[in-house]
Amino acid sequence: MSHRLTPLIELTRARIKEFFREPAAIFWVYGFPLIMAISLGIAFRERPKTQITVDLVPRGEESAADDLREALAADGRFTVQVLSDDSWRRRLRDGKTDLVIRPPSPDSPKDSTSPWELWQEPRRAESLFARQAVENVLLKQRGATPPPLQDHELSEAGSRYIDFLVPGLLGINLMGGGLFGVGFVLVDMRVKKLLKRFLATPLRHRDFLMSVILSRLLFMLPEICALLGLSWLLFGVGIQGSVLSLIGVILLGGFAFAGLGLLIASRATTLETASGLLNLVMLPMYVLSGVFFSSERFPATLQPFIRLLPLTALNDALRGVMLEGLSLGDLWRPVVTLIGWGAVSFAIALRIFRW
Amino acid sequence: MKSSPLAIRCHQLTKTYPGKPPVEAVRGIDLEIPVGECFGLLGPNGAGKTSTMEILEGLSTATSGDVEILGQRWGEADRSIRERIGVSLQETNLTDKLTVGEIVRLFRSFFARGLTVEQAICQVALQEKEHTRFGKLSGGQKQRLAIACALVGDPEILFLDEPTTGLDPQSRRQLWEVISGFKSAGRTVVLTTHYMDEAERLCDRVAIVDQGQVIALGSPRQLISQLGSEHVLEPTWQGPLPPESELARLPSVTKVWHEDGRLALSVAEPHRALPALLDYTRQSQRELSSLTTRHATLEDVFVTLTGRHLRDGAQSAS
Repeated sequence: MSHRLTPLIELTRARIKEFFREPAAIFWVYGFPLIMAISLGIAFRERPKTQITVDLVPRGEESAADDLREALAADGRFTVQVLSDDSWRRRLRDGKTDLVIRPPSPDSPKDSTSPWELWQEPRRAESLFARQAVENVLLKQRGATPPPLQDHELSEAGSRYIDFLVPGLLGINLMGGGLFGVGFVLVDMRVKKLLKRFLATPLRHRDFLMSVILSRLLFMLPEICALLGLSWLLFGVGIQGSVLSLIGVILLGGFAFAGLGLLIASRATTLETASGLLNLVMLPMYVLSGVFFSSERFPATLQPFIRLLPLTALNDALRGVMLEGLSLGDLWRPVVTLIGWGAVSFAIALRIFRW
Repeated sequence: MKSSPLAIRCHQLTKTYPGKPPVEAVRGIDLEIPVGECFGLLGPNGAGKTSTMEILEGLSTATSGDVEILGQRWGEADRSIRERIGVSLQETNLTDKLTVGEIVRLFRSFFARGLTVEQAICQVALQEKEHTRFGKLSGGQKQRLAIACALVGDPEILFLDEPTTGLDPQSRRQLWEVISGFKSAGRTVVLTTHYMDEAERLCDRVAIVDQGQVIALGSPRQLISQLGSEHVLEPTWQGPLPPESELARLPSVTKVWHEDGRLALSVAEPHRALPALLDYTRQSQRELSSLTTRHATLEDVFVTLTGRHLRDGAQSAS
């Protein structure tokens, strides 16, 4: 038996060695999908039994609501939240509850014709499923004479899923623009030795870095206008709060992510490192920060951490202004979070930046 | 020489890059370059030329040693020095999408005073390309644009790192004209090159750098005359090479060395050495296949000093 080297085996061996000597590749191939799967799994975790979240909103003291709550609780599939205020609209819109049940008012005539209002979000499968399940429970409870049901959808502007989604999309746009527009561009200039060339002139560092950030903000302007304009034209997504507050939040978001982009770019010497770092920062926030679904779906123990992420703060602030008409003062917590991220990143980046 | 003010003075310059083992790129270089001189740093790749240049340009800090540029020091008067120098790096990929005019205008904005954009473009003879994008320029045009960007601040010192590497002969000659023009205005030029003809053509004085140290310093003429003989004979024979010792005994031959598998003879008086060489060939019953005579160059200086060729040096990155 001769020990001849076969090209196939040697090439494969070399390729495998190369791969394992590149820590970033290992992370992207193995680590990242695992992290993604685990985070999504936690967000949409399989409960012991299929769990349906239902909000029960009695209109005054009424035993019918209590009866229903007991019936639902006995079923075991339901998590029932009894609410007395108006917060259910937001909960339904943000996907925190699947269905809202409003039993008939006690003032209405006691005949069994007064309808039960069932509020659902018809674009979400969970909502439709919850409606069927509740109807079944009601049928079982009332036997042959089911109460009349009246289906309602959240359809007024400001309370639909699209209203929830648009600020989230604006948020990821600001994040991507800030991180890539600043971080990637700077590393590209470093690779091309353009940074070094600039360093050899009397150009002030401050002027240079400000120009990168300013041009990025200007690029973002049409992007933001297009997104907001189209969603207003096509879906009637409006802005409840003041436009000035919205501009303020957008600028703060841009500032925070430009700072992070600068920080990521401060040392990276290859585009591969830079894009790896940028994705490392961005992708967890895509999942965690409530872009497509409410970040409150994650367990309570994770919430303090998720609240601290800049994209969560930005999305919260954007939704606060666009959907609830809040001012920057009302939104001080996310505003302070964004300022903090921006200021700390800039301070560190300017200290460690390599030309 | 003593009377003219110094553009550049550096003393016991060293630069060590951390690593295992650490790389000593510059190992104690002293230079004094008077205003108005064109000074060349010559040496193979990895000799420490670029490291030295970057320290002089204020782009990296020396591990130890002392640098003065126009009487000012890096770390004390950086912006003031940068206003007074122009730099062209070994390679800079300027933005592909901007035109020649736009790029020069951008660099002009960095300096408090300087040439107009048109003047800078005119100095490197790129007027016809003013509206052409960087990505569409030839290698020589890109290099001339890089020099325009260095000239636009109307500098007192121009630093050029390998300005003509990779260019065709015509582009090189065009660049030499640009550099000579700048020099003839009484300004100082510091350039690195591993082309000996470039150094002989442009430089008033050269420092030959090898392994982080200056191994010879002087005008190209002085350095060549230090060889003791200004001519080189390069005979080739059919069959095996004759022993060096026999050739070294020929009249007027001062030195014999190997070059690319052939022999080269350093000769003071070709009219005495040549007949003797032909006689030797006939007596030893060999047959000449070629014979060239030429003037000695800085390349020969380098070879006699180090035993290596300038282009051999692929030891470490420059």
